[in-house]
Amino acid sequence: MSEAVRYEVEGGIVNLVIDDPSQNANTMNQAYSDSMAKAVDRLVQEIADDADAIKGVIVSSAKKTFFAGGDLKLMTQATPADAQALFDNVEGIKATLRRLETCGKPVVAAINGAALGGGLEIALACHRRIAVEGRYEIGLPEVTLGLLPGGGGVTRTVRMFGLQDALMNVLLQGPRMKPAVAQSKGLVDEVVGSQDELLPAAKAWIESVQGDEEAATQPWDRKGYRMPGGTPSSPKLAQFLPAFPSNLRKQLKGAPYQAPRNIMSAAVEGAQVDFDTASRIESRYLVELLVGQQFKNMTQAFFFDLSSINAGGSRPEGVEPRKFTKVAVLGAGMMGAGIAYVSAKVGMEVVLKDISLEAAEKGKAYSEKLLAKQVDKGRMTQDKADEFLARIHPSDDYADLEGCDLVVEAVFESVDLKHQVFGDLQDVVKPDALLGSNTSTLPITSLAEGVKRPEDFIGIHFFSPVDKMPLVEIIAGEKTSDASIAGALDYVQQIKKTPIVVNDSRGFFTSRVIGTFVNEGIGMLAEGVHPVSIERATTQAGFPAPVLQLTDELNMELMVKIRNESKAAVEAEGGTWEPAPAEAIIDRMIELGRPSRLKGAGFYEYADGKRTGLWSGLTEEFPVAEEQPDFEDLKERLTFIMSLETIKCLEEGVLRTVPDANIGSIFGIGFPALHGGAIQYVNGYPAADGSIGIEAFTRRAQELAQTYGDRFEPPALLLEKAKNGEKIS
Amino acid sequence: MTDAFIYDAIRTPRGRGKKSGSLHEIKPISLLNGLLDELQSRNPDLAPNEVDDVVLGVVSPVGDQGADIARTAVLAAGFGEQVAGVQLNRFCGSGLEAVNQASARVKSGWEDLIVAGGVESMSRVPMASDGGAWAMDPATALATDFVPQGIGADLIATLEGFSREDVDAFAAESQARAAKAIANGYFANSVIPVRDQNGMLVLDHDEFVREGTTVESLSALGPSFAQIGDFGGFDAVALEKYHTVEKINHVHHAGNSSGIVDGAGLVLIGNENAGERHGLKPRARVVSTAVIGSEPTIMLTGPGPACHKALKKAGLTIEDIDLVEINEAFAAVAMKLMRDLGDYPHEQTNVNGGAIAMGHPLGATGAMILGTLVDELERREKRYGMATLCIGGGMGIATIVERI
Repeated sequence: MSEAVRYEVEGGIVNLVIDDPSQNANTMNQAYSDSMAKAVDRLVQEIADDADAIKGVIVSSAKKTFFAGGDLKLMTQATPADAQALFDNVEGIKATLRRLETCGKPVVAAINGAALGGGLEIALACHRRIAVEGRYEIGLPEVTLGLLPGGGGVTRTVRMFGLQDALMNVLLQGPRMKPAVAQSKGLVDEVVGSQDELLPAAKAWIESVQGDEEAATQPWDRKGYRMPGGTPSSPKLAQFLPAFPSNLRKQLKGAPYQAPRNIMSAAVEGAQVDFDTASRIESRYLVELLVGQQFKNMTQAFFFDLSSINAGGSRPEGVEPRKFTKVAVLGAGMMGAGIAYVSAKVGMEVVLKDISLEAAEKGKAYSEKLLAKQVDKGRMTQDKADEFLARIHPSDDYADLEGCDLVVEAVFESVDLKHQVFGDLQDVVKPDALLGSNTSTLPITSLAEGVKRPEDFIGIHFFSPVDKMPLVEIIAGEKTSDASIAGALDYVQQIKKTPIVVNDSRGFFTSRVIGTFVNEGIGMLAEGVHPVSIERATTQAGFPAPVLQLTDELNMELMVKIRNESKAAVEAEGGTWEPAPAEAIIDRMIELGRPSRLKGAGFYEYADGKRTGLWSGLTEEFPVAEEQPDFEDLKERLTFIMSLETIKCLEEGVLRTVPDANIGSIFGIGFPALHGGAIQYVNGYPAADGSIGIEAFTRRAQELAQTYGDRFEPPALLLEKAKNGEKIS
Repeated sequence: MTDAFIYDAIRTPRGRGKKSGSLHEIKPISLLNGLLDELQSRNPDLAPNEVDDVVLGVVSPVGDQGADIARTAVLAAGFGEQVAGVQLNRFCGSGLEAVNQASARVKSGWEDLIVAGGVESMSRVPMASDGGAWAMDPATALATDFVPQGIGADLIATLEGFSREDVDAFAAESQARAAKAIANGYFANSVIPVRDQNGMLVLDHDEFVREGTTVESLSALGPSFAQIGDFGGFDAVALEKYHTVEKINHVHHAGNSSGIVDGAGLVLIGNENAGERHGLKPRARVVSTAVIGSEPTIMLTGPGPACHKALKKAGLTIEDIDLVEINEAFAAVAMKLMRDLGDYPHEQTNVNGGAIAMGHPLGATGAMILGTLVDELERREKRYGMATLCIGGGMGIATIVERI
């Protein structure tokens, strides 16, 4: 079999062409590591034999992308017993790159496409990086998968940019940058306009630096090198260093993300020692993450599950892709205005209809405001913004909906009103138009009763604020056709959001599960848990917003409305409504005139729309109990209640796939990303005793049930899986 | 077991810990030399070469005060080459730690006569000059919840409900008491003027004191730790642990925290025999000592538990204690100690002011406040006194003495 790295020589210039014969993208697998070592060995030998025969080295890719990074499938199998082998393997790969960067000849990376993670790390071991202009990405996004750039990425960026800039601009957030941005950040030295210019530019650079020893030496290997911004022992940096970890914790709101901690530690410790020692420190911190659970959780969600969804994992087979050109958005409130914005953004014509033209215009003004901001910041030209806005047509007349191939209704949550709206529009829009409703709770099947084509009726549930939230929940009613599901997925893809598909049920998946979370949090208040502890437990568990604060945003009056509808539905079916402990608190808050942020008063106080602090009367109204529950319990109650409800959604067939459960829970309702989603949390639950997995989760659920109530009892599906020692998949 | 007696306790005046401070031009070794010389001249029968050891606290033991300054001081002061010297570091408790270790060694019978104390020239060697893993190593800081002590002091005030006015009132009182004590010459026997090599006077009084300080005059000062608490992220770290506190009330500032100063203090400790042999008169007996660890993030709540431990070891109760000296690292620390000792009267606590007024030369303060305590027990003809300090990293130290 041919090598994964080919050694080609032309005119004294060696081209190391990375081209894994077994895959369509290059990854840091055994083939690469063996092949690259062999190629660099040969290079070093040939330089030793006749230094003048070689002018320089190009590292390039024969694939569409430059290099995809690590082999995640393999890496996620790692256990603590593999630590030494992983360390040796990583050190081996890095030793090759170190030999390359110290070979004495100028080395240039020719970046022809995506260079993320390990790909960029190879390029960083070169003395120069030239990239082709394009829509692909460059960066070290390891942190987003619970990893650190352990292929020299930490050690080299710290030496290139200094501790502060390397941490802030590259490592801790792991931004993916277009070539031009990567150049502005200093990750890339030169950008050329086309693929054809790439290798010539690389060769030209090598020719231009002949005889220049500096060009063939990394800055940190030059005599007199000083780290930008100073090392930790310099007083200038030492003064600020203690605030690095504390600020990190502040940004993480106390959530125990391991990767950024390891990145910061490897960076700071590495900055105090020589390159090779720093590189080993980096490897050790990488190995710690590789064998740990968070990396496996985050990679499951953000790589495997997300890839599955993006590859159309939930899209019915055999349906032709559909492209929508004209969408009717009904209701120009906050949601409607946002939906109009995201649709017009990708070039769709939008008719934004409300009862009055004035209301519709107001909805359009939302887009105007967002666009003006971008123009101000120089991210968009005025012309582009004008074109964008011209695609949104405010209207108060159903006749304007003519020609629409998609409807997204976002009027008040009332079955009757929605029936009426669809009745009025269904004969105006195109006869095959997809009929979508942005309801967050009303059953799609009953809404579909109001239209002539229930098979074309579907739930398209956006999250607020629409322009920022990445998720869209697609809800299939009883009669919704596969073609409509496929169509809705096509629309979501068109507006560059992430879809999940669920079956019809009250509250669908997201609203139902977040309801249990909010009830659990407010219920703690009823138990006499200190309100500040409740808020801290939420954020320290990894949720983006504290639960009482979120409740103010969600609006308790709306919650009561939804509750009453659910209650009526349960009773209509002959069941008995069992009130949650939270309900009395919610009712009391409304009675006190503190229902929401919208009304300027809730669990928090607000001044001029700004949250100023918890309501000073809170502990008087809901006294703090003398004995407080275990703080860890508070955190786990919030994550467990969501995961248990998610399992029930799988059991009942509301959820169709585990990737939808994981991604939906993280992107839609703030389930802590470090757990990899509501189901991955179950599959990879780390118990206090060190055991990991579904059985440990089940035991803990039973423990919580004993202390806090039956709602934590494991559902049948969980018991069965735990008994068989199987993951939920 | 033999007793450990305090035969003498002296100190330098405290100079403002900055370039314009009077002691900035005096090296820490010179501060020590002056005191070691004075120890000999005021105790003419003392044979210095029979001292077993010189134990000195220094908190930033680098540069001018690095490399075991105790041994260097022994040689420079001409105590004789047979006298050993050791430098120790228990942060702000170092001076008292030196006293306690010396006392224990004497009490064990293994040694007879030890000079204990400490020195810190904060104008020449700034705080934190010696780095250390707790603040400077992210992995360690993350695992052990490091925040600077000012955040802990403000957190104590928040938890205890001490308002800005409360802590400022305490600070103003410290200033008033110090000014009065100085005016009445209460420190005259213990404060040894610092002179240069020509014998010319450099400083003969605590120059940090601001007489006439009031709550009103303090109210103009902005909080010292609000900014690092917020932008440095330290409030967030502390509140992760103190999860019932919504926000920290930043009440401490330069006027109600201990002053940054230069100074040294020494205490001569020996057994009965050594006293007789060297013609020394015992002034007090060391009754008990204690050191404890406490929650490190709030950091400064150690004095209470340390005092209780020392009382228990001594077989005494707080009612037996006539005077308490607590290092005023921050007003809230001293106020919390009084509360922790069952609302111990302010009238018997830091009766001659404290570090808010006179300053806190880190390595020396423990020895200094013990000397002040002995002086005041004698002046008031009282029996028991207790000295205590809060300590970085979450520790507390205490010493109980009985006047003879």
